[in-house]
Amino acid sequence: MRFSGLRVLKEGLTGNKGWTPHWRNPEPKAEYDVIIIGGGGHGLATAHYLASVHGITNVAVLEKGYLGGGNVGRNTTIVRANYGLPGNSEFYSHSLKLWEGLEEDLNYNVMHSQRGIINLFNSDGSRDAAARRGNQMVSQGDDAQLLDTAALRKMLPYLDFDQARFPIYGGLYHPRGGTARHDAVAWGFARAADQRGVDLIQQCEVTGIDVVDCVVKGVQTTRGPIRAKKIGITAAGRSSEVAAMAGMRLPIESHVLQAFVTEGLKPMIDTVITYEAGHFYISQSDKGGLVFGGSLDLYSSYASRGNLPMAEHVIESACTLMPAITKAKVLRSWGGIMDMSADGSPIIDKTHVDGLYVNCGWCYGGFKATPGSGHVFAHLMATDNPHPVATKHRLDRFRTGVGIMDEEASGSQHNLH
Amino acid sequence: MRVAGKGQIDQSTPISFTFDGIQYRGFVGDTVASALLANDIRLMARSFKYHRPRGVLTAGSEEPNALMTVGRDGATDPNVRATVQEIYEGLELRSQNAWPSLEYDVMAVNDLASPFLGAGFYYKTFMWPRAFWERVYEPIIRRAAGLGALSGEKQSDKYERAYAHCDVLVIGAGPAGLMAALKAAKSGADVILADEDSVMGGRLNSETFEVDGQTGADWAAGIVEQMREMDNVRLMTRTTVSGVYDQGTFGALERVNHHTSVRDGKAPLETFWRIVAKQSILAAGAIERPIAFQNNDRPGIMTAGAVRSYLNRWGVAPGKAITIFANNDDAHRTAMDMLAAGVHVAAVIDSRFNVQALGDYTLIKGAYVCGTKGRKGLETITVRTSTGTQSISTDCLAMSGGWNPTVHLTCHMNGRPTWREDIASFVPTEGTIPNMTVAGACNGDFSTHACLRAGLEAATKAVTALGKTPGEIDAPQSEDTAYKMEPLWAVPGKGRAWVDFQNDVLVKDVKQAAVENFRSVEHMKRYTTQGMATDQGKNSNVTALALLADATGRGIPETGTTTFRPPYSPIAMAAFGAGAEGKGFAPERKTTSHMATIEDGAPMMEAGLWYRPSYFPIKGEKTWRQSCDREVGYVRNAVGVCDVSTLGKIDIQGPDAAELLDFVYTNMFSSLKVGRVRYGLMLREDGYVMDDGTTARLSGTHFVMTTTTAAAGAVMRHLEFATQVLRPELDVRLMSVTEQWAQFAVAGPQSRELLNGLLDQTLDNETWPFMACGDVSISGVKGRLFRISYSGEHAYEIAVPARYGDSLFRTLTAKTTEMAGGPYGVEALNVLRIEKGFITHAEIHGRVTAFDIGMGRMISAKKDCIGKTMAARDGLLDEGRERLMGFKPVGAVKQLTAGAHLYNEGDEATAELDKGYLTSVAFSPTLGHFMALGFVRGGPERLGDRLRMVDYMRQIETIVEVCDPVFFDPKGERTRG
Amino acid sequence: MRLSCPICGERDIREFYYQGADVALNRPAPDAGDDAWQDYVYLRDNQPGEHRDLWQHESGCGSWIVVSRNTVTHEVSGAKLAKEMKRAKA
Repeated sequence: MRFSGLRVLKEGLTGNKGWTPHWRNPEPKAEYDVIIIGGGGHGLATAHYLASVHGITNVAVLEKGYLGGGNVGRNTTIVRANYGLPGNSEFYSHSLKLWEGLEEDLNYNVMHSQRGIINLFNSDGSRDAAARRGNQMVSQGDDAQLLDTAALRKMLPYLDFDQARFPIYGGLYHPRGGTARHDAVAWGFARAADQRGVDLIQQCEVTGIDVVDCVVKGVQTTRGPIRAKKIGITAAGRSSEVAAMAGMRLPIESHVLQAFVTEGLKPMIDTVITYEAGHFYISQSDKGGLVFGGSLDLYSSYASRGNLPMAEHVIESACTLMPAITKAKVLRSWGGIMDMSADGSPIIDKTHVDGLYVNCGWCYGGFKATPGSGHVFAHLMATDNPHPVATKHRLDRFRTGVGIMDEEASGSQHNLH
Repeated sequence: MRVAGKGQIDQSTPISFTFDGIQYRGFVGDTVASALLANDIRLMARSFKYHRPRGVLTAGSEEPNALMTVGRDGATDPNVRATVQEIYEGLELRSQNAWPSLEYDVMAVNDLASPFLGAGFYYKTFMWPRAFWERVYEPIIRRAAGLGALSGEKQSDKYERAYAHCDVLVIGAGPAGLMAALKAAKSGADVILADEDSVMGGRLNSETFEVDGQTGADWAAGIVEQMREMDNVRLMTRTTVSGVYDQGTFGALERVNHHTSVRDGKAPLETFWRIVAKQSILAAGAIERPIAFQNNDRPGIMTAGAVRSYLNRWGVAPGKAITIFANNDDAHRTAMDMLAAGVHVAAVIDSRFNVQALGDYTLIKGAYVCGTKGRKGLETITVRTSTGTQSISTDCLAMSGGWNPTVHLTCHMNGRPTWREDIASFVPTEGTIPNMTVAGACNGDFSTHACLRAGLEAATKAVTALGKTPGEIDAPQSEDTAYKMEPLWAVPGKGRAWVDFQNDVLVKDVKQAAVENFRSVEHMKRYTTQGMATDQGKNSNVTALALLADATGRGIPETGTTTFRPPYSPIAMAAFGAGAEGKGFAPERKTTSHMATIEDGAPMMEAGLWYRPSYFPIKGEKTWRQSCDREVGYVRNAVGVCDVSTLGKIDIQGPDAAELLDFVYTNMFSSLKVGRVRYGLMLREDGYVMDDGTTARLSGTHFVMTTTTAAAGAVMRHLEFATQVLRPELDVRLMSVTEQWAQFAVAGPQSRELLNGLLDQTLDNETWPFMACGDVSISGVKGRLFRISYSGEHAYEIAVPARYGDSLFRTLTAKTTEMAGGPYGVEALNVLRIEKGFITHAEIHGRVTAFDIGMGRMISAKKDCIGKTMAARDGLLDEGRERLMGFKPVGAVKQLTAGAHLYNEGDEATAELDKGYLTSVAFSPTLGHFMALGFVRGGPERLGDRLRMVDYMRQIETIVEVCDPVFFDPKGERTRG
Repeated sequence: MRLSCPICGERDIREFYYQGADVALNRPAPDAGDDAWQDYVYLRDNQPGEHRDLWQHESGCGSWIVVSRNTVTHEVSGAKLAKEMKRAKA
């Protein structure tokens, strides 16, 4: 079924009786050309692009829970291409371009909203760092502007320009940045992949990876063994667990990141705002809730929930930066499992096992990468060559020291990125 | 209307308040909901999506409908539940989400368009043309979104955060909680009893049962009085335990002052508590669930238990002709209480056949309410039986689909509740929260006596776990009737039946989600927005998943639940982060010269948590550059003084102190002579530069290390790590002494002359050469002197115990001023160091190696050190890496900017052709031109090359020449002189 | 979350700094080779469940401690001084 305004109108007039499933519930087949482990945003996007770009449709996405139930379903929905280092810069630039055509590509309204992102900075040094990043963005073909406080006062009059503990020196404005409706991204990719014949298999947990003589043969699952020539791991926070099934140790530690949403309120914050002094970011959803987050809880965790110290710290940032919003009431907090890589940048690569590919280490930046990640991972799996915008995301960069992309400049400690 | 002789509140003194500008009267103890109902006001709000007229549904914190805005200006609180807010004299309330008025809301047009606005409609449309999303569709959707509005002003109320500790935290003060708290307290435990209500007692205040021969309310009050006398009990009313965290940590919000008009700044409006409890007892009660039937959302339709609450607690009959629709015996009590109060009960409609009336009222068995009328308030209901339908006039329908135990807190650590078929509800799964015992209605015990008993048992368990002997208390006599119900989730039939009232999620939305294969309960929730309103599904989640189970042909246990997450009730950000407004966000560190500096009129800037002066303006100077250039001149030509106390200082002592330094620095320190200082470079274990600084050897076993201001904490931690984790065999002790010593740079050709006029001894180049250090005294005060220089001039740093810092800084300022110099700030400091090519964290920003900054040879080959092995990886020694160089302008534009990128001359300024970037830029008054430090691919190989500098951000472009990073006095003669 | 410092007793995690897995107790020799160093600096087992991690009681006594903790439930089953564990290994 093709979605359109006309279809909504027609169904509305005829009692909404004609809607059909967004995707099928297929039984797993005995063998596929490609298996993707993990039915989150990246796995579903990979399946979509394998089918739509490379014509590989004999594909299964295996998901132990429900589709889109991982980080794609619980994040602060920010989409941007404002990275400062080569490697990441061209990759996220590529991803943002895919976002810009995603609704047409998927025939699904993911509500990609290019409302702009403003990264506030708090010192002369961080202004220079922001300028450096902005220059990288523009030279990459993306958009960036350095705003002074006069411009910010006009755009964001509710910030505390006079009393904040770390004063606002200015902001790096990325007009093409914005947000998207996170669940819709997962569902849109799922529906599009399903329509091209990809089998999306939920409640199917992979319990083992079959490797013979360093060649991948298939997987063991809670719904039986499934053979495949190529297997891709897109398991985010659980990447280490899955990779261990093939005898691998990854440069990853899993951490909890909390996020928060307030009760619905009439529109007040029209852009995405980030505040470096508190590692705080906020936007207002189309439903009216203020959606915000901050740093990791900072201890390794698979619990998908956090503790009070970081929750309070995140909200403290709101108190010092925008005391005009603090009458808003926090409605819900949640936690996701982040695959924190050792340099803060992702890994999109082949492994030492023939036919086994890994796509992980997205830290807490995976959502905006969703189309890009799927696109380049599909390219890698289909052609066995890295996509031109993802040549630096290698697994061996830690061993060789070549191409380490430490965006936060914090070194090899996983939780500091 | 009020019912004479009913209610527990004091009706002697009226209070007036306003709602949408109209004045109403109520009494102390009234909530806004009870007071408005007493004034026969039923229309209180509009729903989120369809703007349906809404009244109050419940009598508790779970209220989804009756949300209002309280107060004005910076004290505006949106989305306040009328069922929780107590009234006080002068309270101002406004309705929300309605325009132009609550009564006539133009957005109610959405209600007519509802066939087109079903679950997930927006995912299927608004895609063409693409640019319309941000420009047309989204603005319309955004404007329609949200309930209340923020004032747009800085919030002006007082909030606080606090900690509390106890042996036993009892959550909920109904019959189970009261019994549990009393017994735990009598067993000698320190107890905190927290209840969200203003009065303890829970449902006992809403029912007419007797406990121990008294009314339930009186009995509860008596127990509370007993506990009030006990030193080991803390009673916290109006306190909602909002979240459960690890190791017995709980979040709780106390609404300290919302019920009074006093805003004198003494008591906070709210306090956010972190309570640490060794044991906890959850006695959170249960929430009654509505039944879904056509148009079940009209003002006047509420839960049966809420109707009893309004009557028994507040003396309010929510209607003149009450009807009741239920699937259980419990709801029949509403009829009995109404009859006893003399209120007309039009009918009780029970979906069960096998049921008897408890008293003298019309009971329609095996029947359903299948429709209602009354646009802004209920007028009639349609009742269907096997024989046909009938219409009944009623202005208040009390409905009950049974009770849901309040299991939420037991799920905050990922626990899933267990389905109990007999009560058609979820109950907590044992052991989901360590050291928590669950008791009473929240555990599925629905009789008063069962709750009392369960409370006692829970207390026994908790105090036994604490190693205490349980006190002897028996459960008092009370009502002990069995809870009888047959599940009824939704009445079959056409039309719109509400499940999630606030978010306007209908039975057919849930069904449509299932049809579209959103069969997982999480998918259904997200697709329909079921349970995502301000009540987080407290009233509707179980019903919705029962409907989903039915639609997908599964049982309820297999369908599962969504996850309950903190907070249980919404918490104002101002409470959650109280104290962090303005400067409260982070500590402020001030140097000993802070006062003198401020008095001098120097603008201060943040340096981490510290404040440092930017520059010291003098009369006639209009720009910071004028001041800065003058201050640079002081140091280059005379003498300047600068507070450098913010640099980290670590005292290192012990027989193995030198060995530790050899291990943490790339270069050798064991060879450093006593009385000398050496520059050291420190790496992270991954081989990149961590920090740099100087370390002085005061004796064979005593060193003082300095770190950069930014890295002081990290370096201290790093050294502790090295000594405790990596090399615990080293006999060495560390102490941060950053705050114990005030330290000042005295820099410039006349620095020695100045010091010789100040110290109790005389300095000369032989005894005090460059990089010498030692003890000195200043007017008898013992201090330390280091002949080190961050300016390239003949310079010293003098350190005295912090208590002398202010005095010494004032003395130095006066003396430098006498010698045609003076104090200088961070701006001048920065210019001086760039002239000399000295690096800061602008250069050693975390991605550079010793090799990159031209210090590769500082990694000693004679010993191991942290980071040495990883620094030797091929990728970190590649000649093509971006390496530190100096840059000066040679193009038409003479200005350079930090953050600009570099390209080969003639190349396009695109990312693929990028050759590097500038990190530090300053105008050198000494040299008369801009200069920069930065990184360029190939580094020294590019010496003398011309490059294109492009700064898109500042719109500046020029040509630079790559030069040595040391711009001034490259041989260092001035430093040694 | 609360941790028990062997020196100071049970404290809120606000007082602690987390570094990572306790691999640091096994720093390889300088010549141990690329694999050993990559393992030590970058690679982690990172399996859900029982985990031993390194924390510093930074806002307390400054001790580095090895905490045994379940990363799925956050249950803490013990904490020892890193110094003593390292010495015991030697």
